[in-house]
Amino acid sequence: MEYQAKELFAKHDVPVTLGSVVTTADEAKAAAEQIGGTVVVKAQVKAGGRGKAGGVKLAKTPDEAYEHASNILGMEIKGLTVNRVLIVPAAEIVEEYYFSFLLDRGNRSYLTIASVEGGVEIEEVAKTNPDAVRQIPVDATTGVDEQKAREIVADARFPLELADQAVGTILALWKVFVEEDATLVEVNPLARLAGDKLEALDGKVSLDENADFRHPDHAQFEDKAAADPLEAKAKEKGLNYVKLDGEVGIIGNGAGLVMSTLDVVAYAGEARGNVKPANFLDIGGGASAEVMANGLDVILGDPQVKSVFVNVFGGITACDAVANGIKGALELLGDNATKPLVVRLDGNKVEEGRAILDELNHPLVTQVDTMDGAADKAAELANA
Amino acid sequence: MSIYLNSDSKVIVQGITGGEGTKHTALMLKAGTNIVGGVNARKAGTTVSHVDAEGKDVELPVFGSVSEAMQETGANVSVVFVPPAFAKDAAMEAIDAGIELLVVITEGIPVQDTAEFFAHSQGTTTRIIGPNCPGIITPGEALAGITPATIAGKGPIGLVSKSGTLTYQMMYELRDFGFTTAIGIGGDPIIGTTHIDALEAFEADPDTKAIVMIGEIGGDAEERAAEFIKANVTKPVVGYVAGFTAPEGKTMGHAGAIVSGSSGTAAAKKEALEAAGVKVGRTPSETAALMREILQSL
Repeated sequence: MEYQAKELFAKHDVPVTLGSVVTTADEAKAAAEQIGGTVVVKAQVKAGGRGKAGGVKLAKTPDEAYEHASNILGMEIKGLTVNRVLIVPAAEIVEEYYFSFLLDRGNRSYLTIASVEGGVEIEEVAKTNPDAVRQIPVDATTGVDEQKAREIVADARFPLELADQAVGTILALWKVFVEEDATLVEVNPLARLAGDKLEALDGKVSLDENADFRHPDHAQFEDKAAADPLEAKAKEKGLNYVKLDGEVGIIGNGAGLVMSTLDVVAYAGEARGNVKPANFLDIGGGASAEVMANGLDVILGDPQVKSVFVNVFGGITACDAVANGIKGALELLGDNATKPLVVRLDGNKVEEGRAILDELNHPLVTQVDTMDGAADKAAELANA
Repeated sequence: MSIYLNSDSKVIVQGITGGEGTKHTALMLKAGTNIVGGVNARKAGTTVSHVDAEGKDVELPVFGSVSEAMQETGANVSVVFVPPAFAKDAAMEAIDAGIELLVVITEGIPVQDTAEFFAHSQGTTTRIIGPNCPGIITPGEALAGITPATIAGKGPIGLVSKSGTLTYQMMYELRDFGFTTAIGIGGDPIIGTTHIDALEAFEADPDTKAIVMIGEIGGDAEERAAEFIKANVTKPVVGYVAGFTAPEGKTMGHAGAIVSGSSGTAAAKKEALEAAGVKVGRTPSETAALMREILQSL
């Protein structure tokens, strides 16, 4: 969110005004009183287009700040509820620029994108005047030093009188990118204020979750209130789960196979009352009874789910271990296991795995040998 | 023939004494791989006990560095099983030692670490596979990674995939034909060997008669591969793309598997591949059936 990005900016000396983050209209009024003069009330959600959605308003008085905050708090922007607003002093903007560092997957390195022709309308500028949006590669070994920053400033054609400030800001933003393990650091707009002062008026930082182990402080940026409750529960149990809008719960092993399972269920669902996959859940290599029980528990907690498809290809994992995992999970869940389970096992020790489930003969469990066939069965049960 | 890995490859394991390293060293040996030792600076000078493909006991030497291991054994391939926090240093060390093939299995490496060791490998003779991948198998000859060697044997198909389990699934579906080499390139945003690299190598490999390419949402590697196929690949290619139902802005298991705005969608990838003459299956089974048809008509 913007205020969190700004905190990271401030930490690395990027010029920024932090303002106050508040959760009630009364606090918004008090913050506006304290700041004095005209303020901006800005919705804090992890989404772009907040201004267009009516989530950013100018307030000339504390009472206006109160009124705007009470309208903005609780509003939905791109499906996200606004729980916080940021109150900042209104700035006198002379010009708006765009600046970002990002991961460049195609070139397997980093990229700078900079434009002095308009900030917030950068996508429009990219269409109408693509040459004004400069893309400057950054070498992952050498990074951005002062010389490289000057190169960027010249290439992006920042005004000469702002060059030194721009170099300083770029070096500070590079520190945010590297030291926080970001995959994106975006300032939009980077504004030239009255008095030729350069300041980051809004920003976005995407952090690499794989680097969390060296940034224990990043845990604070997680928005627990806005997270889907099932996703939050899954995360607590260390499960790789994404909630979707559908009726067939999915459990599988391996990200690629699970993504594929969702697709195959969606195709099968086309002929079965248009049922869809309810979630992504990758239980990874070792499908122990506990992991399987945790996964089933999360999925069965989704009231939309009508059937569950367990799709496992035994690679290193043996199917008999997975079958025992399912058996153990059903025992652990007891009467809480309420929805039909379609299981497809294939690969390593498949005969043993299928035999375990045959022997279990659980009323909720149906085995189907192929992935496509099992998807169809799960879709049929969800449509019953 | 095969690509990148064969029975002459001499393989070392970085992290040979760890849990994953121990388990998979045993499986790689069983698959016939010529493993000549391992690296762990803290256990240099010791050995680890394993059993080779013939069931004979072997003592594998543990070296203090990749460079020492290469000097002593003539190793040209290294498989990395070290934890994410130490993977960058392990990779840098292997690149500096001049290893030919570096297979990074480790999942969860910070992407800036990968960017750094990938950049470091540029201009050197080291080819990196991965990270976050199942590695590479040339059935009947060698395995550098974690792909189950028992799924399929030698045959005319070359396989390149972003996903481990989809690689296994596809090998299983086509096990009656078999594979020259199957390579899992990994699901991270930055990877060493790309679809294009593997396609180029399979095109040049006389024993590979047809190629299966498995992609997934995120980035534009499949679109680039489609361009490459159009211009450079004469062998038949069938494709599969996972993630049609993935919502925008959500990471689907693999760090790189994310649709951002309108870019990286499965639909765009399928369209690009089909425009390049690649037959794309709707499901893994349908994709295998397309490959079967092609092989039967060759």
